[in-house]
Amino acid sequence: MFRKIAIAALLAGLAAAPSLAHRQWLHPSTTVVSGEKAWVTVDAAVSNDLFYFDHMPMRLDNVKVWRPDGTEGKLQNGSTGRYRSVFDVQLDAQGTWKIGTSNQGIMGSYKQGGEQKRLPRGAAAADLAKLIPADATDVQISENSSRNEIFVTAGAPTTTVLKPMGKGLEVEWLTHPNDLVSGEAAKLRFLADGKPAAGIEVEVVPGGVRYRDKPNDRTLNTDANGVLTVDFPTPGMYWMEAQLQDKNTTVPGATQRRLVYITTLEVLAP
Amino acid sequence: MRKDLLAAPVLLLSAAPALAAGIDVSLTIPTLKVAEYHRPYVAIWIEPAGGEAKTLAVWYDTKLKDKEGEKWLRDIRTWWRKSGRTLSFPVDGVSGATKAPGTQKVSFTEGQGALGRLAPGKYELVVEAAREVGGRELVRLPFQWPPKGGEVVKAAGTAELGAVTATLKK
Repeated sequence: MFRKIAIAALLAGLAAAPSLAHRQWLHPSTTVVSGEKAWVTVDAAVSNDLFYFDHMPMRLDNVKVWRPDGTEGKLQNGSTGRYRSVFDVQLDAQGTWKIGTSNQGIMGSYKQGGEQKRLPRGAAAADLAKLIPADATDVQISENSSRNEIFVTAGAPTTTVLKPMGKGLEVEWLTHPNDLVSGEAAKLRFLADGKPAAGIEVEVVPGGVRYRDKPNDRTLNTDANGVLTVDFPTPGMYWMEAQLQDKNTTVPGATQRRLVYITTLEVLAP
Repeated sequence: MRKDLLAAPVLLLSAAPALAAGIDVSLTIPTLKVAEYHRPYVAIWIEPAGGEAKTLAVWYDTKLKDKEGEKWLRDIRTWWRKSGRTLSFPVDGVSGATKAPGTQKVSFTEGQGALGRLAPGKYELVVEAAREVGGRELVRLPFQWPPKGGEVVKAAGTAELGAVTATLKK
């Protein structure tokens, strides 16, 4: 949490947005599935403690499902409650499915008549001209690109949906995300616009904090090739977030770019 | 003519023992005093040192409609990761119904069915049981192939499996 506030402070001129201090998560009921028409149900929420829905639901508007062949699949029975959203996916094809969001947006602030103002949350780059008054000064615009995705495999793991797109912050799965067991190290390469993201910080948080004294969070770094080596001491669900800031902006007027990658990984007992 | 026809099966029979290298497995499914009992799902497979696993048998609920019984195959979790997830069910000569508590005997013959041919080397025979509303347990029995004949490898579970014995036949 403190690290995130520090990042927020880095965004010059931006007040620390409360949303930055919370974790967005997708939590599947299962990730390794047998049978031909299994269902997986997913909780989607925003909270501090993992994986407890006690703050805000995640909106489902941008959640998409990718079938093992890479075509778009169906999100079913979606519902948004006070603290969480929930939806189902029927795994009617064998292989690895991807479920998640990919969002692009902007954050920004300006001064008007000496008063600090912020762009509304969810502002689109296309509306910048309308959103910033002609007499604004000290305009600061930050571009955001975030992914939050989970993987579920029916039968044998496949890799079609894992293929990086070459945009934003992504993971090249050197270890398959549905082939994780405690006691075995996993390797993942983080990519920014398709190129290895060396030396970035990755936060790894085991679920179930309510039932222990220490959060057991770890902040790990990718190596010179963008590779993160992570071991999982105990089975369970783990939340992982990586962030990267750079100046490779695509929105006119933006001075910096913030890239986020989030996933939830299920680690089984060997 | 008549004589030849009779002689042929006799010859085959006498040749059979020499061909029947294989593994006899005896495993005990314990009788459990529990409020809700379901027969365990059981997988039997062999694993060469550092090689690909070969499933010899998997016992699960094959009778449920719409192949619903396959839903819990992944709960035989070590087997599922090593071998099960690459199979499509039912597997001929491998899939079978769940078995009642007691000692179950099953034989695998080299060159036939699921066992097929084994390259010489070190192997483990693995038996894993997972029970609905119950636990999971796995036992490993190391062996060398080809066998000298008559080797007996023993192991035992403590919860979901009783004694497991593999007898190697030359």
